[in-house]
Amino acid sequence: MTERTEKMTGARAIIECLYREGVDTIFGYPGGQVLPIYDALYDSKIRHVLVRHEQSAAHAADGYARATGKVGVCLATSGPGATNLVTGIATAYMDSIPIVALTGQVPLSMIGNDAFQEANITGITLPITKHNYLLQDANDIPRIMKEAFHIASTGRPGPVLIDIPKDLTTELIDFHYPETVKLRSYNPTYEGNIQQIKKAAEEINRSSKPVIYAGGGVISANASEYLRALAEKVQAPVTTTLTGMGAFPVDHPLFLGMLGMHGTKYANYAIQESDLIIAVGARFDDRVTGKIRSFATNAKVIHIDVDPAEISKNVRVDIPIVGNAAKVLEDLLKYVDRAPTDDWLQRIAHWKRSYPLHYIGGMDNIKPQYIIEQIHDACKDAIIVTEVGQHQMWAAQYFRFSEPRTFISSGGLGTMGFGFPASIGVKIAKPDRVVFDISGDGSFQMNSQELATVVQENIPVIIAIFNNGYLGMVRQWQELFFDKRYSYTCIRNSVDFVKLAEAYGALGLRVKQPSEVRPAIEQAIASGRPTLIDFWVECEENVSPMVPAGAAINEIMDLERKA
Amino acid sequence: MKHTLAVLVENRYGVLSRVAGLFARRGYNIDSLAVGVTEDPTISRMTIVVRGDDLVLEQVTKQLNKLIDVIRVTDLGTEDTVERELVLIKVNADVKNRSEIMQIADIFRAKIIDVASKSMIIEVTGDENKIKAIEQLLKPFGIKEMVRTGKIALRRGPKSI
Repeated sequence: MTERTEKMTGARAIIECLYREGVDTIFGYPGGQVLPIYDALYDSKIRHVLVRHEQSAAHAADGYARATGKVGVCLATSGPGATNLVTGIATAYMDSIPIVALTGQVPLSMIGNDAFQEANITGITLPITKHNYLLQDANDIPRIMKEAFHIASTGRPGPVLIDIPKDLTTELIDFHYPETVKLRSYNPTYEGNIQQIKKAAEEINRSSKPVIYAGGGVISANASEYLRALAEKVQAPVTTTLTGMGAFPVDHPLFLGMLGMHGTKYANYAIQESDLIIAVGARFDDRVTGKIRSFATNAKVIHIDVDPAEISKNVRVDIPIVGNAAKVLEDLLKYVDRAPTDDWLQRIAHWKRSYPLHYIGGMDNIKPQYIIEQIHDACKDAIIVTEVGQHQMWAAQYFRFSEPRTFISSGGLGTMGFGFPASIGVKIAKPDRVVFDISGDGSFQMNSQELATVVQENIPVIIAIFNNGYLGMVRQWQELFFDKRYSYTCIRNSVDFVKLAEAYGALGLRVKQPSEVRPAIEQAIASGRPTLIDFWVECEENVSPMVPAGAAINEIMDLERKA
Repeated sequence: MKHTLAVLVENRYGVLSRVAGLFARRGYNIDSLAVGVTEDPTISRMTIVVRGDDLVLEQVTKQLNKLIDVIRVTDLGTEDTVERELVLIKVNADVKNRSEIMQIADIFRAKIIDVASKSMIIEVTGDENKIKAIEQLLKPFGIKEMVRTGKIALRRGPKSI
């Protein structure tokens, strides 16, 4: 049966496409060239969250996508509206997050004339989108919308942008939504090659010192259960990247914590001594490998990834398997057995006992690590969103994640200002979960205007500012590598965050003593309101341990400061 | 090492900038790039000559394949491939040396396509070595202008890519 076509404007067609794709919420900001689209939104069933800066619309769509696995959608007008999305799109691109960004554009006939609020956003976003479109015919709207959602969410996910000239949104078209996508040039591989999988299994079964190295690809492929099954069947330890955090339960005896620059010592030692690395949905980023020539020199490498371009990009791979992490792991499980890893696990247990993550607790000063532990104790199933910097690393190190999609952080691009707007998308996607934005006093000021959004829309996220008066991660590097010359990293007393929260109508709490930490967290959770907690933490606490830039990852050192 | 890639792409707005942009931002060097529509009007074919070792070539190929508008990438190699480039050379020529230049053109089976009182335009087709050779021979007369299409190439035999 063919669907009857219906006459509608381009703008209504766009909204209808969103509806057909199962979109319930979009994040955006209106403007001249998207007026017809906003008019069509006015009486549609789709919820529109009005942010206060377009960058936040992209981050909120990203947070929504990370929390759910669905495609997040953001909408902005032409010119500055579109360029404000850029950081958010780049953030999603680097972490392979499926979002669709819709931008208004000046009418077709005016493109190229430097018209008011014109920017060549398809050109600008060429290197930071999986694909993008400049609509040139209103009749293409249904097909291109369908393709955009398909491309964003399949294969290696990523952002897709559609630039929409205004005149096309007022044109009448015959609306027919295609059921399938026909793209002859786009066919992602999902099933792993079975011969390669068997070869990998043989290698795994005879390895005595394997390490599973899991990244964000495990989460985007919903492969966590298979990952756990593989680790348990083989009895292989598991380390994750920052974006892989949550893919494996932190409290599991086979878990090594995060690896790399601020990973655990035992994860890094294990990688360096391993005879086999089983990389799943991870891309051997420089923050993970440290000095690449010294990385796991005795290990064979099995690399499971949906993107063939990641194979042997940074590290030479012995057994590549291109495919969806869940499908490949499911197949791999059929051929693996328990590997002879008893001695290896004992050695790792010894490292874990000898070199645990640790900090020296403070009597008078609040230790940032302590806040993370207290948040976990108060609410074990909270979803933790972060900004970028020291607080991000402490959250990854000290929160005991037990399930995927509960740690949401900008890994690849490292975008300060990501967390708060992303937490808006997360909370909307998961209204029953407690959502914390772990923030620094630097990062928060990059998108603090969204306090208006969370109050207006009553989105009760909790912002925990780790206020140390510094751009802390940069200060840490200045302390270690620039002789404590704190060049432009001191931001002390720049703002009264409690008053700022109150000015927007949010709840503001200030915490100066360790004893006040837990009550404030509980008050924030109980309030059911958007809440900002301004934690005055130890000013010069360092993230420890640390691999200096350019060093091998086993050259990892302790940096803790006295109480 | 030089590689010749045949890249089939959707014949669509913006595809060239996607491909060129990819080379620029990943730091790959293009020696030449020729593009035109194929027997199927919805498909264009690019012939890209790229410099790099096998690892670079592997990355270039994979990254090109990731572009949604790229249909197929083939490394043509050199042995069973015919390669040609078309070059137009405007050279200083007067009554005294015109016949000498025409003789050179003749040896290379090049064509004279424009003759003026003080210049000639020579059209020459061939592989890289041939073009280098005629360029060397014409240099002493003074090459005023030169334009080349970039290399295009096809596999020998009945099979297509």
